[in-house]
Amino acid sequence: MKYLDEYRNPDIARRIIEEIHAVTTRPWVIMEICGGQTHSIIKNGIDQLLPSEIELVHGPGCPVCVTPLEQIDKALEIASRPDVIFTSFGDMLRVPGSEKDLFVVKSEGGDVRIVYSPLDAVDLARKNPDKQVVFFAVGFETTAPNNAMAVWQAHREGLKNFSVLVSHVLVPPAMIALLSASSNRVQGYLAAGHVCTVMGWEEYIPIASQFEVPIVVTGFEPMDILEGVLLVVKQLEQGKAEVENQYSRVVRREGNRPAQDLIKRVFRISNRKWRGIGEIPASGLTLTPEMQDHDAELVFDVADLKVEEPAECISGEVLQGLKKPFECDAFGKTCTPQTPLGATMVSTEGACSAYYLYHRKNGAALKS
Amino acid sequence: MEQSKTRPSATEVNPDSFGQCPLPITEHATVQLSHGSGGKMMSQLIDQLFLWAFDNENLKQLDDQAVLTMNDGRLAFSTDSFVIDPIFFPGGDIGELAVNGTVNDVAMCGARPLYLSAGFIIEEGFPLQDLKRIVVSMSTAATQAGVAVVTGDTKVVNKGKGDKVFINTAGIGVIEHDHNISSHNLQPGDLLLVNGSIADHGMAVLSRREGLAFEIPIESDTAALNGLISEILNAGQGSVHAMRDPTRGGLASTLNEFAANSEVGIRIRESKLPLKPAVAGACEVLGLDPLHVANEGKLVVAVARDRAQAVLETMRAHPLGKDAALIGEVIAEEAGRVSMQTRIGAWRIVDMLVGEQLPRIC
Repeated sequence: MKYLDEYRNPDIARRIIEEIHAVTTRPWVIMEICGGQTHSIIKNGIDQLLPSEIELVHGPGCPVCVTPLEQIDKALEIASRPDVIFTSFGDMLRVPGSEKDLFVVKSEGGDVRIVYSPLDAVDLARKNPDKQVVFFAVGFETTAPNNAMAVWQAHREGLKNFSVLVSHVLVPPAMIALLSASSNRVQGYLAAGHVCTVMGWEEYIPIASQFEVPIVVTGFEPMDILEGVLLVVKQLEQGKAEVENQYSRVVRREGNRPAQDLIKRVFRISNRKWRGIGEIPASGLTLTPEMQDHDAELVFDVADLKVEEPAECISGEVLQGLKKPFECDAFGKTCTPQTPLGATMVSTEGACSAYYLYHRKNGAALKS
Repeated sequence: MEQSKTRPSATEVNPDSFGQCPLPITEHATVQLSHGSGGKMMSQLIDQLFLWAFDNENLKQLDDQAVLTMNDGRLAFSTDSFVIDPIFFPGGDIGELAVNGTVNDVAMCGARPLYLSAGFIIEEGFPLQDLKRIVVSMSTAATQAGVAVVTGDTKVVNKGKGDKVFINTAGIGVIEHDHNISSHNLQPGDLLLVNGSIADHGMAVLSRREGLAFEIPIESDTAALNGLISEILNAGQGSVHAMRDPTRGGLASTLNEFAANSEVGIRIRESKLPLKPAVAGACEVLGLDPLHVANEGKLVVAVARDRAQAVLETMRAHPLGKDAALIGEVIAEEAGRVSMQTRIGAWRIVDMLVGEQLPRIC
């Protein structure tokens, strides 16, 4: 089908793979930022077709995975209240909190509903004036404009019964944190195409030059990822460290300005805790004081809830590209998508779930 | 379906513990929606509770129907309940589905379905006009499938204690051949055929669910497959080893059940899967794998390699099989595993759905 088939064409894939083999002379470690890219890599078996010198490590760009445990527990607390309709994207319902998940709250009688857009949650608030409607506003820069639009509409209409539980994080501060760590092995990045659709790619220029890493804005289809890898490897082999845009059919240098303006109108930059990683300064979004009437943490008085992460799950190291899912003792044994220890095993963008679903045997290529 | 071979049966355990499972049903103390979604959790519930409690040779086969040996032949017997929301959807309704679903379950072992029962659980206040529409639709579907609804039951529950209408149907058919057609009977070397595009029903229903504000030109594929099956059996000349309709849990669940029950490996090719562009697009938008999405008028056939072409041509000549395709093969190695060659030539595992299908965040 149009816009899909041409990016999954086996003949073009073969040509790009041959070119990657031809230009690669040394070992390189490349991180794809976004969990959507991780899943595309594992689902299509792209890693099986690359030269053995190239190691792809999987980045922190899975919004469900990095949402800290205490935000999940706040969601469970709010969703359990009788006067609340708690709305969320489907992914979040199976993420384990300290004791249960949103599915369990639903089976216990909580009114938990999957919505496909935060504006559907605003609509629910209009139709249910006697209920508090809460939307779980999770995600990176990609989902921020939609969530901002929902809050903006509710604010403009004076909808007092609509609020959002915010767990919004930003990519560039996380990249800087990873690159600054002494354990860092990453030499080049595939930046997250959809994040850059909103934000553009200018903010990656100082990161590329300061840390001397090539950064290629990359899409999600097999052709996109192969081409992104090729561009990063070419730069690495030539000793370059620039920002390039592979995903030019969607991403502009300046991004989507109206979307950025809307984000600024509703959110301010704040410190955020990342599940498995810890707090990163100025790495997230919080509602501005003007929008605080729509902040579920304040409406339901759960802002002070603090929860420690369990030690048994290594998802933090997986999210930083330090370990592969199959290096975890619990992987595929006590930790499966059905009984997840961490969110990386739940989300459709989590690295652990990608390996579990598509590459069970230690990530080794299945023989043809 | 996954079965534990070491678990004690109900009759072997202490009677005092009857009603308590010998093993916990995963981590949950209460029934979750995922326990009914056709994936791994449902498989565990069946294995750990129902099979344990009702332990018998017929049930243990875990096929779509029980094959019962009578004095002078074999009968196929099956039941299914229908709780679909919405009850009217593009391409069909709950009544048509209730007839076709059970007809198909009976027919998958090569039986000729003859009689159905129909049980209705109706919520107080449900419009009689809608009930009539559903029943007329059942009657039409039964006539088309050549079966008669010969017994029934009606219960009305208080408002709020049900959701509009639930229908249970059971069906009986006669087996007029001597072959063993079962999910336990796949043979290495068999080829796998499907009678047309996958994931149509699931996406048609999803497109009408509350909150999903897009309309896609997709209709449910609900259909009674007994006519097609009869022609497949003629063309197969005894070489059809297994048939199953990939309903909830989609093609992925059916193939995994085939691989597990027959202790064989299965390989399919992504490029060979019939998929309508609109369905493919809707799955992409929602982040759903079409291999996990329900079908209601599709079947997968495992047939010996030397008869596969003849069966495929027969399927393509039938109105319900004109888009039939050869999607893969059965191998002796990798027992229990289903893998798929991706479009770009690599391989990946195809697993059963875990829990509910969840649309992704972004």
